[in-house]
Amino acid sequence: MKSLLKYLKDYKKETVLAPLFKMLEASFELFVPLVMAAMIDTGIANGDKSYILKMGGILVLLAVVGLTCSVTAQFFSARAAVGFATKLRHALFSHIQGLSYTELDTMGTSTLITRMTSDVNQLQNGVNLTLRLLLRSPFIVFGAMIMAFTVDVQAAWIFVVTIPLLSIVVFGIMIASMPLYKKVQAALDKVLGRTRENLAGARVIRAFCKEEQEIAAFDKDNEQLLEVQVFVGKISAAMNPLTYIIVNGALVVLLWTGAIRVDEGIITQGAVVALVNYMSQILVELVKLANLIIQITKALACAKRIENVFAVENSQQIMSQTASEKASDDMVRFEHVSLTYHGGGEESLTDIDFAVKKGQTIGIIGGTGSGKTSVVNLIPRFYDATKGTVSIKGKDVKTYDMNELRKMIGIVPQKAVLFHGTIRENLLWSNEKATDADLEQAIEISQSKEFLDTKEGRLDFVVAQGGKNLSGGQKQRLTIARAIVRKPEILILDDSASALDFATDAKLRRAIREMTDDMTVFIVSQRTSSIQHADQIIVMDDGEVVGIGTHDSLLAENEVYQEIYYSQFERKEEHA
Amino acid sequence: MKNNQQIIKKVLRHIGKYKFFLLLSIIMAAVSVALTLYIPILTGDVVDCIIGQGNVDFDGIFVILKKMAIIILLTAIIQWLMNTCNNKIAYQVVRDVRAEAFKKLEILPLKYIDGHPHGDIVSRIIADVDQFSDGLLMGFTQLFTGVVTIVGTLLFMLSINVTTTIVVVILTPLSFFIANFIAKSTFSMSKLQSQTRGEQTALIDEMIGNEKVVKAFGQEGKVIERFDEINSRLEKASVKAIFFSSLTNPCTRFVNSLVYAGVGILGAYLAISGKITVGQLSSFLSYANQYTKPFNEISGVITELQTALACAGRVFEFIEEEPQIPDAENAVVLNEPKGQITMEHVSFSYTEEQKLITDLNLTVQPGQRVAIVGPTGCGKTTVINLLMRFYDVKGGSIKVDGVDIRDMTRESLRKGYGMVLQETWLKAGTIKDNIVMGKPDATMDEVIAAAKAAHAHSFIKRLPQGYDTVITEDGGSLSQGQKQLLCITRVMLCLPPMLILDEATSSIDTRTEIRIQKAFATMMKGRTSFIVAHRLSTIREADIILVMKDGNIIEQGNHETLLAQNGFYANLYQSQFSM
Repeated sequence: MKSLLKYLKDYKKETVLAPLFKMLEASFELFVPLVMAAMIDTGIANGDKSYILKMGGILVLLAVVGLTCSVTAQFFSARAAVGFATKLRHALFSHIQGLSYTELDTMGTSTLITRMTSDVNQLQNGVNLTLRLLLRSPFIVFGAMIMAFTVDVQAAWIFVVTIPLLSIVVFGIMIASMPLYKKVQAALDKVLGRTRENLAGARVIRAFCKEEQEIAAFDKDNEQLLEVQVFVGKISAAMNPLTYIIVNGALVVLLWTGAIRVDEGIITQGAVVALVNYMSQILVELVKLANLIIQITKALACAKRIENVFAVENSQQIMSQTASEKASDDMVRFEHVSLTYHGGGEESLTDIDFAVKKGQTIGIIGGTGSGKTSVVNLIPRFYDATKGTVSIKGKDVKTYDMNELRKMIGIVPQKAVLFHGTIRENLLWSNEKATDADLEQAIEISQSKEFLDTKEGRLDFVVAQGGKNLSGGQKQRLTIARAIVRKPEILILDDSASALDFATDAKLRRAIREMTDDMTVFIVSQRTSSIQHADQIIVMDDGEVVGIGTHDSLLAENEVYQEIYYSQFERKEEHA
Repeated sequence: MKNNQQIIKKVLRHIGKYKFFLLLSIIMAAVSVALTLYIPILTGDVVDCIIGQGNVDFDGIFVILKKMAIIILLTAIIQWLMNTCNNKIAYQVVRDVRAEAFKKLEILPLKYIDGHPHGDIVSRIIADVDQFSDGLLMGFTQLFTGVVTIVGTLLFMLSINVTTTIVVVILTPLSFFIANFIAKSTFSMSKLQSQTRGEQTALIDEMIGNEKVVKAFGQEGKVIERFDEINSRLEKASVKAIFFSSLTNPCTRFVNSLVYAGVGILGAYLAISGKITVGQLSSFLSYANQYTKPFNEISGVITELQTALACAGRVFEFIEEEPQIPDAENAVVLNEPKGQITMEHVSFSYTEEQKLITDLNLTVQPGQRVAIVGPTGCGKTTVINLLMRFYDVKGGSIKVDGVDIRDMTRESLRKGYGMVLQETWLKAGTIKDNIVMGKPDATMDEVIAAAKAAHAHSFIKRLPQGYDTVITEDGGSLSQGQKQLLCITRVMLCLPPMLILDEATSSIDTRTEIRIQKAFATMMKGRTSFIVAHRLSTIREADIILVMKDGNIIEQGNHETLLAQNGFYANLYQSQFSM
């Protein structure tokens, strides 16, 4: 939480004023029993009606001043809490934008989304409550005790004993039940997990006729949940009765002591009534405080989680240019590159070494998990090579400015992602200055024209969130168009034609090749037909390059390539 | 409103089992409230015994205090029993409802499960059940004690003094109205707040969910700009909404203070004229405090009850969903089927409006291999759904060994099939648990043999605990390909007479696929099998190829005859080689 406090910095005034006004309100509340006592002792005893009216007026006045104070406090605390959350959200969002792929992988995007939304909201509530109530409750508890001392020292000692006793009970039960609530949560998670599992696996469960067994397993988990819940329930159910006994027991003692003190002529009847009032104020506030502490604990847990996100730094630094830089006509060069993903254990890429000339088309082929995508991800520096260097135009990618580097490259990721907005807005992502003519050209090349013509508004057609109103193949083609709009020097197609049929795939590749001579194209694919016409084909297996060459040379002598090829084209000759 | 009544009836039916506890709880609530309310009277009596110096009735006080001590103890015990009792009812009802819902889940037609977002169903079974039990049962007790407190306080106050009571009765509802007024007037502000928040969440979801694409195009700055715009709107909306809604507490507290002052003044006047004693005044003051509390709570409780009812409605809606048609009473048990499958004039559609399969006819002899081909969404998976009877045909019939599948038990039909689906699904548990799903009594040797046949043994062996490695829900750290290999192993182990392979190797690279194909070939020998695949190479050897388009079988035959036909299939096949 400490490191997050800086987002409250701009609300110093509010953070001080909110609790201050809250305490003012509380102190006015503390005067009420004294006024009442005066009313009884002076007003009633002397039969002085105007005095009573005056005291009554004071009570109303206290109420009005109290209201004003507390409204002011609410205002300041709402401002501070919301302002804090706004600043925090902005900082968190910007921080996440600055992370690299490695950090995104380690934390997972769904976690980040929860941190940004529900955790920040919880924290906002926490700050709001803390500002308003954290000082108020203890203030009233101890205030009541001090006021009791002003009434009568001996009777006040009863308060001194009661308050710690109450605190022990309230906080003791809270501390005892908190780990148990965690157990409840764990048991509930199990029940939830089983439900989700049964929904996702409905087909398999039914295919294997496991329904009865699943019900039995669920019942067992469900029963376990009940057990912990009832157990925790028994403990927390003791809170009210115990506090009730303590406070009312204290009341009994207070009345007895009061009776003796009055008999001795040390205090008055009204003072006894005041003491009784103070006692009941304490109980109410302690219970409030206990609830508040639960809320704050929750908020602190959220704060901790948010801090963890802030603690993650971008692991990619821009390096200064090295002297060893040499002029090269290689567009892309991998020099003994190895890659180990964070927490991945084994190397995902080992000793990759190849060079690509400007304008070449490179095919990368290999089985699932052979490292094809890992290779192309190193080019725009999505990840940093753990060994060796990747260079573009003879310059280590680590020395490029991140924006400058990525502007050269158009990438079409495996998963076709479009954003909510018009098709035009989506295409402009890669180049804000592109004209409609540029867009049309990209659409033509990416083979999107045919289906786009059927969409209402064409470029102004609004893509739904997650691209739900487009088919997989349509999305894929539009993501290709998006990359082309940039007119990149290097175009990377990462298995981005998987949803297209073979004919469209072929047309697409032909159009890309015709588009420009200068563009260096990387095509990652599992289909040999997609890459067989490439200038160079890189064959990957288990993170290593097992062959580089043209289709013909590889087919003649590369065992892995042959195996892949013949798994797809076994009987080609027969039909040729 | 009528809807609510029905829901309440259903809730009562579920609570019915615990009638006794509920009755006990209500009685205890009434008693504990009455006893709690009696304390201020006794306190007042004590105060009246303390008049002044030398004028204290110690004997009287002692008797009253003794009475008080007994009542305090009694109240505490009753309160504890009541709380425990309520917890028991609430948690047990939750347990019952969840168990019922889960049982329902297992017998619902797949149509329901496919047609509803899983998150929604989960939230009905988990969150809604919790909220309904919390809200309804706790809300109910709160409401009940609230009402009893109000009535009790009123009676006790009336027993002391009528005039003062009237002041309290007239003034307190004020706080109730104020709370209501604030809630109403802040409604639009809260709505704006949650709308803006929703807008922001959507943006966060979209952008952070696809952060890698954002980065690949260097759009970070732009995205932050968009975020900040919404963020500042949210700030304005939130400050308003939070500030105004937080006025409720101070305002009702203010009314309470006014009531207190009113009682004080009036009580003091009455005390002067001797109509009440100082002790009674002090009792009144505590009542004035207590009397307003339930009013403030009740408005909260009512909204809570409404949400709870809505949640209960959602839960019961799920529980009352039409289950799948149960097996007929005289359903036969399909025993070691030969695997002859016929489809006669089968028609089917998921929705009324959109016809999918019309008049599908097919005869498959035992041991034949059927390949289903066609573009995405053409209805390939639908055929599988019908064969396994995940869905029932709308017209016509499907027969296995000459018996309509609707006349046999689902269990025996499904046991006759071995199925590997496109979506690999694994349950939380060990690798072995997952493999032996179809044959729980398999020996370790059998398991390993099956894994070897499916080419899964080598990767399983390399896992930290081998076959005893625990995987989390849906496979966790396993790759898609490995998951699929496990699903294949699962079928390898029990080898039923009929097989269904739906895109079974879509996530496996073609080399591994070749190996699996070999394993499949052995597996399929002598078994009737259906294969759905995009890859033409994997289905060329089929005895029958069904070419589907838009839900219809447009071509049927084997590879050679279909090529000779030079139709859709031939076109599809040749496009693979055109360059």
